[in-house]
Amino acid sequence: MTEKDRKRRRGRRTADLGNEIITLENVSKAYATGAPALNGVSLHINRGEFVFIVGDSGSGKSTLIKLLLRELTPTSGYINVMGYDLVKIKHRKIPKFRRNLGIVFQDFRLLKDRNVYENVAFAQRIIQVSNKEIKRNVPSILATVGLAGKYKAKPRQLSGGEQQRVALARALINRPTILLADEPTGNLDPKNSWEIMKLLEQINENGTTVLVVTHNREIVNSMQKRVVTMKKGIIVSDEEKGGYIDED
Amino acid sequence: MRISTFFYTIGQGFRNIIRNKWFSLASIATIGACLFLFGLFYAILSNFEHIVKKAEEGIYVSVFFQEGTSDTRIAEIGDMLWRRVEVSEVEFVSAEEAWEGFKDDYLGEYSDGFTENPLANSAHYKAYLSDVSLQPALVTYLESIEDVRRVNKSEITATTLSGINALIAYISIGIIAILFAVSIFLISNTVTIGISVRKEEINIMKYIGATDFFVRSPFVIEGILIGVIGSLIPMGIIYVIYNNVISYVTERFSMLTKLLDFLPVETIFHILLPVSVAMGVGIGFLGSIVTVRKHLRV
Repeated sequence: MTEKDRKRRRGRRTADLGNEIITLENVSKAYATGAPALNGVSLHINRGEFVFIVGDSGSGKSTLIKLLLRELTPTSGYINVMGYDLVKIKHRKIPKFRRNLGIVFQDFRLLKDRNVYENVAFAQRIIQVSNKEIKRNVPSILATVGLAGKYKAKPRQLSGGEQQRVALARALINRPTILLADEPTGNLDPKNSWEIMKLLEQINENGTTVLVVTHNREIVNSMQKRVVTMKKGIIVSDEEKGGYIDED
Repeated sequence: MRISTFFYTIGQGFRNIIRNKWFSLASIATIGACLFLFGLFYAILSNFEHIVKKAEEGIYVSVFFQEGTSDTRIAEIGDMLWRRVEVSEVEFVSAEEAWEGFKDDYLGEYSDGFTENPLANSAHYKAYLSDVSLQPALVTYLESIEDVRRVNKSEITATTLSGINALIAYISIGIIAILFAVSIFLISNTVTIGISVRKEEINIMKYIGATDFFVRSPFVIEGILIGVIGSLIPMGIIYVIYNNVISYVTERFSMLTKLLDFLPVETIFHILLPVSVAMGVGIGFLGSIVTVRKHLRV
């Protein structure tokens, strides 16, 4: 990271301190074997931002997402997401924290033995929404992602793009504050990839903070959003309206 | 918890059994096989114990008195017998009763030739034993009492029954230990299969923000249901088999009926059914808790 970047980021941080929704301060994560996956990473993201996290395999992107999900704890450093201190958070409070996050994975992670409706309704059942409300909310969110007619289908009967839309509907139905998407277009063709990205942009325009981990150079370069580039466990670039930085 | 969430959780428990029918069948079969063996051995051992106990109850030591012993002294000896821990019951047999019994058992109509009681000196006590293994100690004591002429003991029967009792105890412990080991092995295998089937599902639930309780509940209900089904099926089979075997043995070996006094099926099931269902529920409950617990730390 250049000194200019650091100054820019520090400036933004001071300006938007009350608006900051994700804070990582000097975060490192070392696994039992091998080099540290993250090495002194600091990152500040404001409410309502759309941020791409890019980097090659082994750059630390997945570790970063796992830390933000509180699937992992850092070896050192400080992480705060939506006011939750993820280093000190108690195990029993993790579910409540995660209910404010929407999560989309590359491999969709749908419950294979349940239909589209049940997969989406499941997220509402977890937060104990009444059946009446579920019956109203699920068709509405399925219509938003363009799957209104497929609520009875099982995941295996859907294309990759459609499965990712179900995952997106499930992530959005509880109106999350932050949407984390880990390679959401990794298993999709270009057409479906663009449709998913448009949906994510639309969700962001409605006020949700969106973090997208991706390898998709074309999408990153076209969308002109903030791009955080990682390499070997550190942030090498953090640019507003940035682009995909090629490997040396 | 909302009522709708409560019913959803119960419903999911039932649906899980259908969704994972092969896993459910394997679990039911495992629990069923263990409880079938347990029930079978319980029925056999209960009957053994019952038969041995019946035989034991009939064992007594006869205490004869010196000629001319007064009625007061005989009554005193009776009191001494009642006070002994080895004795469960004391019965006085007068000389007349002894002769009547002898006539009935051995002489029949040939007894008419006797004008006097040939067993005039045969009044005695029958001291029934509380525990056959205590017979030698009782006999030693009785032989030391003044005015006691002779003590008749049933040495062979008592030794045999004591041996059988000990044997049954050893067999019971051995079989229960083997069944326990087999159950643990089979259940841990089934649970391991269950873990691989459920790992992804549990992970997804946790990522979405499900509490440990919400994740665990349907699995626990499923485990309990599997336990109940897995215990009722073998109990039904044992009920049918038991009745048929008892009828067959009683009809086929009628001469043994006096010796082999089988317990009625209701008596066996009075204890076996609740114990088996409780064991089934316990195994199902623990199996599901252990399976899920390993994956809750996501």
